[in-house]
Amino acid sequence: MLSVLALTSVVLLGIASQCTAISVYTNWEKHVQVGSDVRLSCSFFSWHWTSAEVTFSWSYRPDGAKESVSIFHYTNGAPYIATKGPFRDRLEFVGNPNRRDGSIMIRNVDYNDNGTFTCDAKNPPDIMGHPSNVRLLVFEKVPVQAGVITGAIIGVVLGLLILVVAIYYLMRFLVARRVFSLSMRHGKKGKGKEGSQQRQAGPSK
Amino acid sequence: MLAILFATLVLHLTDLIILFVSTCANAWRIHGADSYDLWYRCAQSNGGYTCKGTGEEEWLQAVQALMVLATIFSLTSFIIFLCQLFTLVKGGRFFFTAVFQILASLFVMSGAIIYTVMSPKWESDSDSYGYAFVLAWLAFPLTLVSGLIYIVLRKKE
Repeated sequence: MLSVLALTSVVLLGIASQCTAISVYTNWEKHVQVGSDVRLSCSFFSWHWTSAEVTFSWSYRPDGAKESVSIFHYTNGAPYIATKGPFRDRLEFVGNPNRRDGSIMIRNVDYNDNGTFTCDAKNPPDIMGHPSNVRLLVFEKVPVQAGVITGAIIGVVLGLLILVVAIYYLMRFLVARRVFSLSMRHGKKGKGKEGSQQRQAGPSK
Repeated sequence: MLAILFATLVLHLTDLIILFVSTCANAWRIHGADSYDLWYRCAQSNGGYTCKGTGEEEWLQAVQALMVLATIFSLTSFIIFLCQLFTLVKGGRFFFTAVFQILASLFVMSGAIIYTVMSPKWESDSDSYGYAFVLAWLAFPLTLVSGLIYIVLRKKE
C-alpha cells in the first residue's frame, strides 16, 4: 500500500515538473464592425505565482503578409507601444498583469487591420510555452454567428410546447380540485339536512 | 384492424427515416461532385474534400431549425402513438399523435418552402437539387397523410 502511494507521488511529481509550461489563451477569431473598437483579450495559466517580471508581447501579421511586426510589449511593470507600428496612436493597454490579463484595445478599426494578432506571455521562471493567435475580421455589417438563430428558434418552439403542456395539466388539476371541493360541500349539506329532518321527526313521534 | 395498424406504423416509420436522412445528409444542392447545404459547404479540390461550415445566412439557419424541429416532433408523435396504443380508452381517437405529426408536417413544409425560395440561383449547368431536398419535399405530404390518418383512426376492442 505504502509502495503504491510512493510510486503514485513520484509519478505525479514527474508529470508536474513537465507541466511547468505556460498556456496562453486568446479568442480564436474576432468579428468587428468597421469603425468600432475591439478588445483583444489575452490571459495565461501558469503553475507559478504571477511574478513581478511577467511580460506580455503582442505582434501583428497582416492578411497576406509573411512577416509579423511587434506592436506592443509589457515588461518591468510598464507598457510599451511601438512608435512606428500601424497602431501607434490607436492602441491602448487595458489589461491587468496582476490578474494575468494582458488585453489590448484597438480603436477605430479599418479594413487594413484584417490579420492575425499573436500574444506571447511569459511568467518567470515559467517561460516555456506557445503563443496564441487571434484573427481579426473587419466587416461592414457583422453577420450573425452560425447556429444562433437555429438554436433560438428550436429553443422557443420547444419552450412554448412545454409551457402549453404544463398549462394544460395545471388547468386539469385545478378543475379537478374545484369539482372535488364542490362535491364535498354538496355531500356535507345533504347529510346536514337529513340529520335535522330526523330530529324533527323524532320528538313528533 | 391489425393490418391497418401495421400499415400506419410502417408509414410513420418511413416518415421518420425520411426526415432523419433529409436533415442529417448534407446534400440539398449538388454542383458536380460538390455537395452544399444545410450544414456544410464541401468543395472537391485535388482529390480531397474541403468542407466549410455554413450558417451565416439567416434563412439557412431558419431552415436548419425547422428541419430539426420537424424531426423532433415526428419522433415525439411516434412515442406518443406507442403510449396511446396501450393507454387510450376503447373508441378514443389518437388526438395527441395527430397533433404532433401535423405540426411536424407544417415545419417540414415551411423549411422546404424557405429553402426553395431563398436558395441562390444556379451558377452553372451542373448545379441541381440534391436528394436530401427531394426527401424533404416528399416528407411533407407523407407526414400530413399520416397525421390525418391518426385523426380518423379509432381504437377498437
